[in-house]
Amino acid sequence: MSQRQTIAELGAALRDGSTSSRELTERYLARIAALDERLNSFITVTGEQALAAADAADARLAAGNGGPLTGIPLAHKDIFCTSGVLTTCGSRMLENFESPYDAAVVERLAAAGMVMLGKTNMDEFAMGSSNETSFFGPVMNPWDTDRTPGGSSGGSAAAVAAGLAPVATGTDTGGSIRQPAALTGITGFKPTYGRVSRYGMIAFASSLDQAGTLTLTAEDAALMMQAMAGFDARDSTCAQASVPDYRAALSASLEGKRIGVPKEFFDGGLDAVHTQRLRDAFAVMESLGAVIEEISLPNLGASVPTYYIVAPAECSSNLSRFDGVRFGYRHEHATDLETLYKRTRKDGFGSEVKRRIMTGTYVLSAGYYDAYYLQAQKARQLIAEDFSRCFERVDIIAGPTTPTPAFRLGEKLDDPLQMYLNDIFTIGVNLAGLPGLSTPCGFVDELPVGLQLIGPQFGEATVLNFAHQYQSRTDWHLREPPLAEEVAD
Amino acid sequence: MPWETVIGLEIHTQLATRSKIFSGASTAYGAAPNTQACLVDLGYPGVLPVLNLAAVEMAVRFGLAIDAEIAPRSVFARKNYFYPDLPKGYQISQYELPIVGAGHISIVLEDGTEKTIGVTRAHLEEDAGKSVHENFDNATGIDLNRAGTPLLEIVSEPDLRSAKEAIAYMRKIHQLVRYIGISDGNMQEGSFRCDANVSVRPLGQAKLGTRAELKNLNSFRFVERAINIEVERQIGVIEDGGDVVQETRLYDSDRDETRSMRSKEEANDYRYFPDPDLLPVEIDADFLERARKLLPELPDAKRERFTAQYGLKQDDVTILTGNRDTADFYERLVAELGGGDSRLAANWVIGELLAALNRDGLEIEASKVSAEALAGLLRRIGDNTISGKIAKDVFEAMWQGEGTADAIIERRSLKQISDSGELEKIVAQVIADNPEQVQQYRDGKTKVLGFLVGQAMKATQGKANPGQVNQLLRDKLA
Repeated sequence: MSQRQTIAELGAALRDGSTSSRELTERYLARIAALDERLNSFITVTGEQALAAADAADARLAAGNGGPLTGIPLAHKDIFCTSGVLTTCGSRMLENFESPYDAAVVERLAAAGMVMLGKTNMDEFAMGSSNETSFFGPVMNPWDTDRTPGGSSGGSAAAVAAGLAPVATGTDTGGSIRQPAALTGITGFKPTYGRVSRYGMIAFASSLDQAGTLTLTAEDAALMMQAMAGFDARDSTCAQASVPDYRAALSASLEGKRIGVPKEFFDGGLDAVHTQRLRDAFAVMESLGAVIEEISLPNLGASVPTYYIVAPAECSSNLSRFDGVRFGYRHEHATDLETLYKRTRKDGFGSEVKRRIMTGTYVLSAGYYDAYYLQAQKARQLIAEDFSRCFERVDIIAGPTTPTPAFRLGEKLDDPLQMYLNDIFTIGVNLAGLPGLSTPCGFVDELPVGLQLIGPQFGEATVLNFAHQYQSRTDWHLREPPLAEEVAD
Repeated sequence: MPWETVIGLEIHTQLATRSKIFSGASTAYGAAPNTQACLVDLGYPGVLPVLNLAAVEMAVRFGLAIDAEIAPRSVFARKNYFYPDLPKGYQISQYELPIVGAGHISIVLEDGTEKTIGVTRAHLEEDAGKSVHENFDNATGIDLNRAGTPLLEIVSEPDLRSAKEAIAYMRKIHQLVRYIGISDGNMQEGSFRCDANVSVRPLGQAKLGTRAELKNLNSFRFVERAINIEVERQIGVIEDGGDVVQETRLYDSDRDETRSMRSKEEANDYRYFPDPDLLPVEIDADFLERARKLLPELPDAKRERFTAQYGLKQDDVTILTGNRDTADFYERLVAELGGGDSRLAANWVIGELLAALNRDGLEIEASKVSAEALAGLLRRIGDNTISGKIAKDVFEAMWQGEGTADAIIERRSLKQISDSGELEKIVAQVIADNPEQVQQYRDGKTKVLGFLVGQAMKATQGKANPGQVNQLLRDKLA
């Protein structure tokens, strides 16, 4: 029997009194205790605090003050600062770091009455596509524990897929929510850049980072987004745009809606079975009344190189604050300032993080800035223009989320280029700042693959609507790994 | 060979905002170390900068005051380098697109002629913290109270031709930023600092010589010393057949020398790029209009008006308009006096008042005698209640907190004796007591009259109306 439940279901059960937050929280904590050693999806489990929060939520529900999320347990990616609890960002640098404050996302979801079960594993500083760069070890894919769940939000994805948490937060800089969602067979949603406050989210690449969710359904993503989205004066890049009723938008008909499928997504690379899964998904959309149309994103090929200039450039600067002076790891045997910096950063960061810092430092340095950083900014502009041109004709863009299903742990670790190419379908969305969602659309070699839906800026409601309508006609998102059926006692 | 000195200044002025440029922490000076540094100033993981619009408004006000172009869109960039007092590992500054573009300001040279100095640009940036070397054994302390304090960096064109011109320009900027209320200009507290780019070239040569950048110039005197020493050094190097190298030099006021800090080759590559955490600053017409309204009368305009309106000497106008508070004090005083006596008022402000302030080390806004109280005193001079000389004593008593001019005059019975009956008796007594001098006067030595007046004043402890005494004596001795 399935041990997974959506938060829509849990919320209803909480409000009609058939369960309590404490009961749910204890159940998920027990599942984590029993099953997570096979997944390594959590870095920190916050049992005591969770139970206290659950009791508070139950009191709130009993008083009739509960909202749609009150009492529902969740897991936060360990990139969100949480006061009183470790926030490691998957790095030795922050192995013992306790943030003195809560991130905006943490604050908002706590205010909604959600109960934090713990902090999930991730690629170090969100730099990676396989969760193998974490200082706390790789996360295993619940569908096949020899395989990666993807990254960087791999812990969040694995935990939700295996039913260790009904929902988890994630962040997506180049695909870090959508790719692991695809590889673990769940729904991953990244809203428009600026839709959710970045305050308290440890920065990787500030112009690309965006918080989102890993859930079982698009409806759950809508429920979460309703609480997470909105202006926050503490983040200057946070949008002032009003937040529509996402859940209400889910039921809109797709009749006559136009879906653009970029031909560049199918230019090679995708295998025949994978391609067929996507064609099947498009057929479902057509049966819902949508019209499929081929479109072109001519500059898409530039997205990976562009991203791997912009993101490292920003990260090389963002990570300068980790110098061993004020917080985090500090090398013990430094005798002078220079040595303190060098040894702290040499030992505190893992190799992928250092590779990106080096790349970023290089592309920003005198004599190379114009050739790399400035060119990349121009390419980014072209990529964004490609998308906006398409959205003059179509309501949504659809395609694959990843080039392949989950790969084996270690398979690409020593080949950064192969690893980077894994983000080829997701990265353009970040460069253009658009909302994107991955929903399960079938299996390739018995492993889940995702359908990616991309909306125009602030088109969250449209993306969630399409995904929900698709999920109402299919059950791929309800397929679960055997691990999810195991009962913890 | 005659040499020409070429100088450009970079002035860092701390803006008088209450909170920091990107955080809500206080900017007040002198708090215990690290008590005015919030998580943003400390560069904690996950925190983000939020621009303080008051700093933007002040920068715009400065731009308007020097008739500069205000950029409709300016951009904050990150200047990356590692230093313990720079918590984020980068300083947020403006690089390619500063908020204030080209403007100008005029200075008065020693010979009285005016010269216009170009201002290349002025940009907003955050200050770093401070490294504290005292009180730490074999270690350095870090105080981040100053980290994130808003600065306006004002960069001049290389239009200055001597240390004296540089000082005149610096003083003019100093006066201006205080006038328009964007900085307290306090140099001891580091609110107004300066770096100087100095080079020399043979007189008449168009091409600029290689420059050295002088750092750590935190007083007008040091700027002048450092530039003069550096000019001599550069001329010496060239005349000895050497080349000046482009470098940063530190002025050491203890040894009165400049010495090399780092050469061009050793200079940091700051890897500037636009800060993705901040949106471009967009200034629209409304914002400009609001800033313009906050602009007070500027120093040059005030000078002209004072000269015309109050009929004062140039030197007096210079002193009275040197800063806004002095000018305001003066104008309040004159207004209290009903517009007349503007010269008497000027003499008193420049004389007794500034001397007393100087003596007690006070700013004029902290004056122990207000403009209203001083007007009360000057009125008593005007209506002959007391003499100017007695007034100085009354002023001193007022300064010591003994009350209003009238109260002091009353209490000390300082009112001039103008009653002719009483004065006649005194004059008669003086004539009787000094027969020798009286005879001399009658013999035509009229100068002796002063002595006789003095005797009458002495007899009344200065309270006799000197004019009346004078007249009475003349009449009696005629």
